[in-house]
Amino acid sequence: MDTKLTTKPAKEGVKTMNQPVAARQSVYRVNDLNLWYGDDHALKDVNLDIKQNEVTAIIGPSGCGKSTFIKTLNRMVELVPIVRTNGVIEYHGRNIFDKDYEVEELRTSVGMVFQQPNPFPKSIYDNIAYGPRVHGVKNKKILDEIVERSLRGAAIWDEVKDRLNENAYGLSGGQQQRLCIARCLAIEPDVILMDEPTSALDPISTLKVEELVQELKKDYSIIIVTHNMQQAARVSDKTAFFLNGEVVEFDQTDRIFSNPSDKRTEDYISGRFG
Amino acid sequence: MNSSSNKSVRELIQQNRQQKFSMKNVMERFMPIVLFLCAFVSVVTTIGIILTLVLETRHFFEVVSIKEFFGSTNWYPLNSQPEYGIWPLVVGTLEITVIAMLVAVPIGLTSAIYLSEYASERARRVLKPILEVLAGVPTIVFGFFALTFVTPLLVKLIPGLAIYNALSPGIVVGIMIIPMIASISEDAMSSVPKKIRDGALALGSTRLEVALKVVVPAALSGIIASIVLGMSRAIGETMIVTIAGGSNPTALVNPLEPVQTMTAYIVQVALGDAGFGTIEYYSIYAVGTLLFVFTLLMNLLANWITRRFREEY
Ligand SMILES: Nc1ncnc2c1ncn2[C@@H]1O[C@H](COP(=O)(O)OP(=O)(O)O)[C@@H](O)[C@H]1O
Ligand SMILES: [Mg+2]
Repeated sequence: MDTKLTTKPAKEGVKTMNQPVAARQSVYRVNDLNLWYGDDHALKDVNLDIKQNEVTAIIGPSGCGKSTFIKTLNRMVELVPIVRTNGVIEYHGRNIFDKDYEVEELRTSVGMVFQQPNPFPKSIYDNIAYGPRVHGVKNKKILDEIVERSLRGAAIWDEVKDRLNENAYGLSGGQQQRLCIARCLAIEPDVILMDEPTSALDPISTLKVEELVQELKKDYSIIIVTHNMQQAARVSDKTAFFLNGEVVEFDQTDRIFSNPSDKRTEDYISGRFG
Repeated sequence: MNSSSNKSVRELIQQNRQQKFSMKNVMERFMPIVLFLCAFVSVVTTIGIILTLVLETRHFFEVVSIKEFFGSTNWYPLNSQPEYGIWPLVVGTLEITVIAMLVAVPIGLTSAIYLSEYASERARRVLKPILEVLAGVPTIVFGFFALTFVTPLLVKLIPGLAIYNALSPGIVVGIMIIPMIASISEDAMSSVPKKIRDGALALGSTRLEVALKVVVPAALSGIIASIVLGMSRAIGETMIVTIAGGSNPTALVNPLEPVQTMTAYIVQVALGDAGFGTIEYYSIYAVGTLLFVFTLLMNLLANWITRRFREEY
């Protein structure tokens, strides 16, 4: 843990270290997951155990199935009509592919932040209030509180508090992305999936989002796809290295980056391919 | 090997540029003039129409006062003491328009939501052309459809319904407008980016919630524009109301009774034997001008809405 290039205050780092890793509960248990786009075998026998209040990074070259995998965790991948899956993903012990598991229920507790910021073409306020409203929160006072809390949680409150009624598309790309994170927080999920959330952002916005990830892991479990290995090293506790749809290696982030056990992992992180 | 193939591309380009009077140069010089003339034809036509309307309308108002035209509720152009109060024709037109919109807006928008949010690629490929065929049906055919199919059907349902009434042509004008509303709204909804839908789905919204709470608001400017354009067509629609609406200008609102719209009046006079230069002859220009102003306002409104509320994604 000490070797990690972390940007968060030391105090919280200590807190995390005090918690014995083995005692952490599993959020997701992925068992022999296979996925096909038509005949294209995109995920092959994926097995992963994702723990609560950890940041899990997914790295790997372009086209190796990172996005596919993360979208499988909230079943967004099923929006592609030709997708077939096979295997088990247990979310808190329950298989998300069960016939009676409603995707809406799953996606309410598993939030997602996309590669391109995608706010709704509504006001900043309405962007945040959308989720709670859809799930039945109508009271204006409660909504006001949720909006403030979520925007604070995503470290963007001070920048937007005077312009809550302006259209979200007036914000910069980095602000839009933090707004999308806030929108996610508004329905108090349990897991946040992030698919290359900083790839469309400038370096300063990227840094802000990374700091935020560190902050958020106190309350949430985070799974983050990144093509940037320094980012994975900076923000994550565990790292999974994907290659051609397979998990080559999954371990503590510092071990992956200092002493990988697979030759292919070493080649990748030392920049020999991808 | 001829000599030019030994030249570099750069030399060839230079050589071509030096031929001042090449075909390319002639085209470049004259095409803009041709294009301008073509555009000019439609501008001149529009100006011509407006001028004719205004000039002939002036003759009308030399005899009938503006006060009578907008103040009286009697439209009796054929009486020995003719009265020219426009309200009955306006009421008839609005009655048809309102009935048409009550039919066209719900069905048109529902179709648009279905096509854009629910239909499979295959269903869309079949349904959109059908919708476009419906838009291409000549209005005279819709007129017969109103008189020979819809009216008899309505008479069975509503005892005492007059054979010529506002309801039947109103409904059929609505059917005629459905493709317009559906197709423009569908375009507006389909152009809402997928990433925005994904954002809503990822928050646990159902497809219906995504459609109604995200896509429809995001496409609102296009949707409203489609409705306004539909209204403009309903106001200007002629054949259907002439055939199935009767010719009874009345300021009383009763969709079960015969009406007369502005357009139907113009047809009636134009087909009749009102002599050139009579006040009856000039009256169609006055009505025509008002109709023109109505539809112009509608189109301007639609334009303004699309520009004012253009969505940024
Ligand atoms: N919508 C899709 N339809 C068909 N194939 C897809 C689709 N999305 C991804 N794939 C395929 O799945 C593989 C993994 O893609 P993806 O998960 O996007 O990779 P990554 O995010 O790691 O770059 C690629 O071979 C890609 O071509
Ligand atoms: Mg990807």
